[in-house]
Amino acid sequence: MATDKNIKPKVAVHKFSSCDGCQLAFLNMGENLLTLSTLVDITHFAEAGPVDEDTPVEIAFIEGSLASPDDLERIKHIRSNSRFVVSIGACATSGGVQALRNMANTKDWIAAVYASPEYIHSLDCSTPISDHIKVDLELWGCPVSSWQMLQAVRSLLFGAKPEVLNDKVCQECKRQQHVCVLVAKGEPCMGPVTRTGCGAICPAMGRACYSCYGPAEMVNPESLNQRFLGLGLLSSEASRRFLFINSGAPEFHKQGLKCKPASSDDGNLDG
Amino acid sequence: MTNKNSKVEFLPRSHFQELIEHLQQAGYTCVGPQVHEHAIHYAELAHADFLPQGMSEEQSPGQYRLHEAGHDRYFAWANGPQALKPLLFTPREALWQSSNNCEDNASLCFKELIPEQRPLAVIGARACDLAALYIHDKHFLQHGYRDPYYLARRKNMLLIAVNCTHPADTCFCASTGDGPRATYGYDLLLNELDDGFIIESHSEKGVAIQTQLNLQAAEASQLEQANDAVEQAAARQTRGLPAQNLSQPLLDNLHHPHWEEVAQRCLSCGNCTAVCPTCFCHSELDEPVLDGSHSVHYRQWDSCFCQKHSYIHGMTIRDTAGLRYRQWMTHKLGSWHEQFGRSGCVGCGRCITWCPVGIDITEEAKVICSGDQHD
Repeated sequence: MATDKNIKPKVAVHKFSSCDGCQLAFLNMGENLLTLSTLVDITHFAEAGPVDEDTPVEIAFIEGSLASPDDLERIKHIRSNSRFVVSIGACATSGGVQALRNMANTKDWIAAVYASPEYIHSLDCSTPISDHIKVDLELWGCPVSSWQMLQAVRSLLFGAKPEVLNDKVCQECKRQQHVCVLVAKGEPCMGPVTRTGCGAICPAMGRACYSCYGPAEMVNPESLNQRFLGLGLLSSEASRRFLFINSGAPEFHKQGLKCKPASSDDGNLDG
Repeated sequence: MTNKNSKVEFLPRSHFQELIEHLQQAGYTCVGPQVHEHAIHYAELAHADFLPQGMSEEQSPGQYRLHEAGHDRYFAWANGPQALKPLLFTPREALWQSSNNCEDNASLCFKELIPEQRPLAVIGARACDLAALYIHDKHFLQHGYRDPYYLARRKNMLLIAVNCTHPADTCFCASTGDGPRATYGYDLLLNELDDGFIIESHSEKGVAIQTQLNLQAAEASQLEQANDAVEQAAARQTRGLPAQNLSQPLLDNLHHPHWEEVAQRCLSCGNCTAVCPTCFCHSELDEPVLDGSHSVHYRQWDSCFCQKHSYIHGMTIRDTAGLRYRQWMTHKLGSWHEQFGRSGCVGCGRCITWCPVGIDITEEAKVICSGDQHD
């Protein structure tokens, strides 16, 4: 990236609709955060202090989905000010858990939640960053791991394209020698369709992956869904495995709607 | 196959701990089967009390269930997901380190990270795993390049085999010719009976251990009982491959419609390759520290079911599940013969049990090699 060692590359961390958990992947880096501060100039990172959205930067990290009309303008400004855009976390890469509302009637739920709905300016859909601007790298996860962020930053500082992790969680799980919770315990594990990078932390604790890292490359949700039904899940339960953290990811969205029971009301937020 | 200095003797169950103690006194760290995460798993074994006594299991395509069977045996189960492979070809290991903090003022220096391995004594290896070990030895040690990482672990390993008397429904070692009787590749061999073990040696190292044990003469009835149990274990197996060499039938059927049928079910998750005791594919990667001063180069298990496995110059050669499954099976059961002089399948059945959707290599191979649909 920056070749002159005296000039530190500028980095911005932006937030859109999100819980801030992915920004914490920066703040939780410990000693590495101090090292990072010697390698780059963090010009904008509201969660940590600095606020300056206008200075052009080498790397812009973007957390959150686009959910309001203002977001659509702000993201264009960020793109034009940034050399390398990295979207981080489920919200920024798939629309996040709030994309569940894409399947509901916006007016109805706003009226149900807010006392004065006229003040709410929300788009009908919560969408990922890549739906609106060119994204150079996506780091999936809810939240992303500090390790992923560090690897991405280090690669970019070397001037190399960061490695894209897109294998299934099973690969990471088996490398850690965990016993498959689906096969040995009948748990409805999403590992076989989920992108690696988390460290297989749920199967490591004996529980099923719920796919907070979103779809891996070349997934077969139909076959896994069939297996879930074979384990005794109702079709509505199997559907929720796909329509959860990353319901906006096309592969999961399609599968989730396919097995959604006919009786389910689109406007019913209890489902 | 017994070593000429070895006797066939009887080790009462109550004295099994002495075997472990003698191995420990001889400098070995014992590794043996234990219950871990609802399965039989190999790990460091401090005492015979940690062996899976009384445990048995049921296996079927895509399913494994462990249960307490109410007997006294230690080895009355068919293999769990792993045995020898991860002990030698580790799932992830550092190969070397590069640094720009060098003693001789060089701008870049490298350091090899060969593991320092304590001698391991593995208790409980099955015939299928010894057959797989033979293949891995060939792959890692006998092709002009001896992998120093594998060698460091392999050279001091003592193997105590146990003849298998409890094949799973997914086992088919009798059809591949690799079991259930262990005939090579071990130092000591055990046959488990209700009250103890028939023990014999196959190597000098094995004899050295056996002679230290306080053993009884094995009776003819005990030998007969042990032999019958292994024969019954072979007879109980219902699965099998159509033939031991499927190179030609598979090549004749590269466009069989059944590849696509399997692809409809296949998750391309690579669980089959992870549990396969002969799969050896790996990828390599670098992990630099944040300040860029040094970087560690790792290798880790990879799978032909992953995209990057067939990524070459801007394209993924095998970009469908059908092509990935075909690559795996045609290599394992076909081109492996050319490469290693035998099939890559030892009939352990792990790929059947641990496939989350229960794809059965024996059934798929039968359909594909049936030849009635080939082009």
